[in-house]
Amino acid sequence: MTLYAVQKFLYELNRTPSLQTAYSNNRHAVLEPYDLTEEEQEALVAPDIGKLFHIGVNGQILMHFAAFHHIEWQDYLQRMRDGIATYGPVREGVYAMTTGIDEVVVAHNEAGGGSS
Amino acid sequence: MSLVFAGVCSHAPGITGRAHMADPEVRDRFYESFHQMSRDLHAAQPDALVIIAAEHFANFFMNNMPSFAIGMADTYEGPIEDPGWLGIQRRQVRGNRDISQRFIAEVMNSTDIAYAEEWKFDHGIMVPLHFLTPDYDIPVIPVNVNCQGPPLAPLHRAWAFGEAMRRACDALPERIAIIGTGGISHWPATPDSGKINKAWDHEFMRLWCANDKDALLNAEKYNDLQVYSDAGQGGFEIRTFITVAAAAGGAKGTVHFCEPIPIFAVSCTVATYDLA
Repeated sequence: MTLYAVQKFLYELNRTPSLQTAYSNNRHAVLEPYDLTEEEQEALVAPDIGKLFHIGVNGQILMHFAAFHHIEWQDYLQRMRDGIATYGPVREGVYAMTTGIDEVVVAHNEAGGGSS
Repeated sequence: MSLVFAGVCSHAPGITGRAHMADPEVRDRFYESFHQMSRDLHAAQPDALVIIAAEHFANFFMNNMPSFAIGMADTYEGPIEDPGWLGIQRRQVRGNRDISQRFIAEVMNSTDIAYAEEWKFDHGIMVPLHFLTPDYDIPVIPVNVNCQGPPLAPLHRAWAFGEAMRRACDALPERIAIIGTGGISHWPATPDSGKINKAWDHEFMRLWCANDKDALLNAEKYNDLQVYSDAGQGGFEIRTFITVAAAAGGAKGTVHFCEPIPIFAVSCTVATYDLA
């Protein structure tokens, strides 16, 4: 369908422990009630954080989804950057990217240095 | 009674979830400001804490998005986020349905709002409570201002909402505290996380302390397109700060802490109004 359906699923997943359990058991099955394209389904099943960011999922919804998958913070940020590099700019919504693909915004460890 | 405490603070999830990654010197000074705010809050002896957050799709979605909502339950739960990721264990949080219901009824005299007898807290409320009421000893009345799903209520409506809550405080016999939570400039949960417009933040907080209504509602400076450009999508959360400014009824404020901590993604902020 649209970005709306992707975000609706993630919104419900993020706040519903029983849906999280169902998703963990059978990712494809829990997506059936939602009107999603094949591309969207694949991104949600993988999960492909970069693709979801590219299609415009609100960062707050996506951040909680990444946390559910135990994706470490810097890895989460990098996956979004990789998504933009691979698929192109954010398609819609207010959670676009304003820095360059390789730009260091914040170090891995502020005290110890590193790159983003 | 009336409003006995008013302030604002940051609520970014990194404050608790990524504490180990921050510069400890700056982080600990920020935490101490939070702890002092907690002591001042308790010294005011509030019967309830109205906490105005810009939630992040924990309860409200674009199928039915209220601009303003107030909780009306005896218990809430949170966080919705993975507890290990946020650094805060999931738990029940005490509310007070009776105070909420009377507070809501008073607000409705002048402002249309939604109310909710179910409410799951996300970091927007859980992170501030972690510092301000670590024993969860003050009943909470959660309030949400939609800062996530455009179209967003204009700033002058957030101001009017704050004034309505002040009238409700004045009408109730209980002692009420109000704390707004959110960011100033920030680009949260994006690859730009950590980008901060420090000058913009300090100017906004200067106006907030002066409680300069006309300047805070300046349509040229703080319209959504300009805020998005200058302060990111996180900048939309100035609505919670503006709501508290209106509730403070002309009181002047003090910034106790406002410094960028990039791994927390914001200028971490603690500020209060002098209601005396």
